[in-house]
Amino acid sequence: MNRPTRAQSHRAHPAFWAFVAHRASGLALALFLPVHFWALGQAIHGEAALESFLAWTRNPIAKAAETILVLLLAIHLTGGLRILALEFLPWSPRQKTAIAGSAGAAVLIGLLFLLNLGAGA
Amino acid sequence: MSRARVEAWLFVAQRASAAALGVCVAVHLATIVYAVRGGLTAAEILARTQGSVALALFYGVFVLAVAIHAPIGLRAIFREHLGWRGAALDAGIAIFAVLLVWLGWRALGGLFG
Amino acid sequence: MRGMEPGTISVRVWRGREDGGFAEYSVPRRASQTVLDVVTFIQRKLDPTLAYRYACRVGMCGSCAMTVNGRPRWTCRTHVAKLGAGPLTLEPLANLPRIKDLAADLAPFFDKWAQALGRFVPPAESKAEFAEVPPDSKARQAADAGIECIGCAVCYAACDTAAWNPDYLGPAALNRAWTLMNDVRDAAGPARLAAIAEAGGCSACHSHQSCREHCPKNLNPTASIAGLKRMVAKAALAGDIE
Repeated sequence: MNRPTRAQSHRAHPAFWAFVAHRASGLALALFLPVHFWALGQAIHGEAALESFLAWTRNPIAKAAETILVLLLAIHLTGGLRILALEFLPWSPRQKTAIAGSAGAAVLIGLLFLLNLGAGA
Repeated sequence: MSRARVEAWLFVAQRASAAALGVCVAVHLATIVYAVRGGLTAAEILARTQGSVALALFYGVFVLAVAIHAPIGLRAIFREHLGWRGAALDAGIAIFAVLLVWLGWRALGGLFG
Repeated sequence: MRGMEPGTISVRVWRGREDGGFAEYSVPRRASQTVLDVVTFIQRKLDPTLAYRYACRVGMCGSCAMTVNGRPRWTCRTHVAKLGAGPLTLEPLANLPRIKDLAADLAPFFDKWAQALGRFVPPAESKAEFAEVPPDSKARQAADAGIECIGCAVCYAACDTAAWNPDYLGPAALNRAWTLMNDVRDAAGPARLAAIAEAGGCSACHSHQSCREHCPKNLNPTASIAGLKRMVAKAALAGDIE
């Protein structure tokens, strides 16, 4: 098979990088899901078990991971809504605006989370 | 059922679950942003969830939608980046979907029961 | 002299098949020089064994596309001056087997075109009446938007989904299928719908939009494929896929 041996500049446009963000965030979320469900499943063993898990998440590393997860979820949400609009609504010539808008909204959600995370800590 | 029909249905399932998740994830994110104020405690979470039929139904649908959506997305990733395809992949993906429903609903049982 | 630009262009050209390598050439820089002019200069003056493909030289036939500095382009309408002052790197189109030097094997590209039933199929019995095709109907406008494809395979070479998924029919074949699905005279709708609903059909597209970005004719295969996705989804819900 024939691949460009130089810089793959055919990818140098926002829609491709929006795809990369969507795929990477989707993959990370899919891998995180079983862990998330398993952790919430601690509630089966009663309030104490859930609380001991939550206590563990109060360290800075867990909080950083939480923030990244919220950001990934926001990226996948806003990017996904953009893709649904692209596929199921009449074509809009403003694709780059849509990509910028979805990225901006995701960052905003991430910041809002950080702000609230700091509010009670 | 022809292969074309199966693929078409997988596409519909992927996009329909995406639309449902659009609503679910937006509500989920809003809840997270609201709930982390002042930190999370188990008592707080359980006070909100236990006995709430509406929330249980909402999260029940949420789990189902994500258990449809994520495995179909992973299937594309396996095919395109690892060259894995065929019946073995589809079986693996189906097992992952069942695992998600089981783990998800099991967790809901603890939170809402 | 007026219109002459001094200097030379340093050109790296892929020679051989898959296991070949780059050869370097020095070509005099001229005004209004296209990449195809550069290749032709090398073949005529420097190395007659260089293999490449072209026919019309005016952007109609779709045979001269190559990878120019890492991205696919129609070389007859690509001016060297617009690519900057640096060296040129020329390779055959990506995502296709290499035959020799700058000639890629387009057989898989056209095989997929056929697989997508990308040809007009008239009804079995000729109708007594001419088909009425109102130019301003929604279907005709959708078909018109994609009809100017010259089959140059630039979109196919630019498509990462085609690179990653060997089953994927590709932007050009699907764009052609979309124009035919919107042709009221065509009689192969159900068969074509089944062909494009397959694993390598429209649902394999992830809307990278590289096809739209690089199409020399400024067509939008991504939009055509989105149209097919809606068509396939609707047919699946109605139980109309064979």
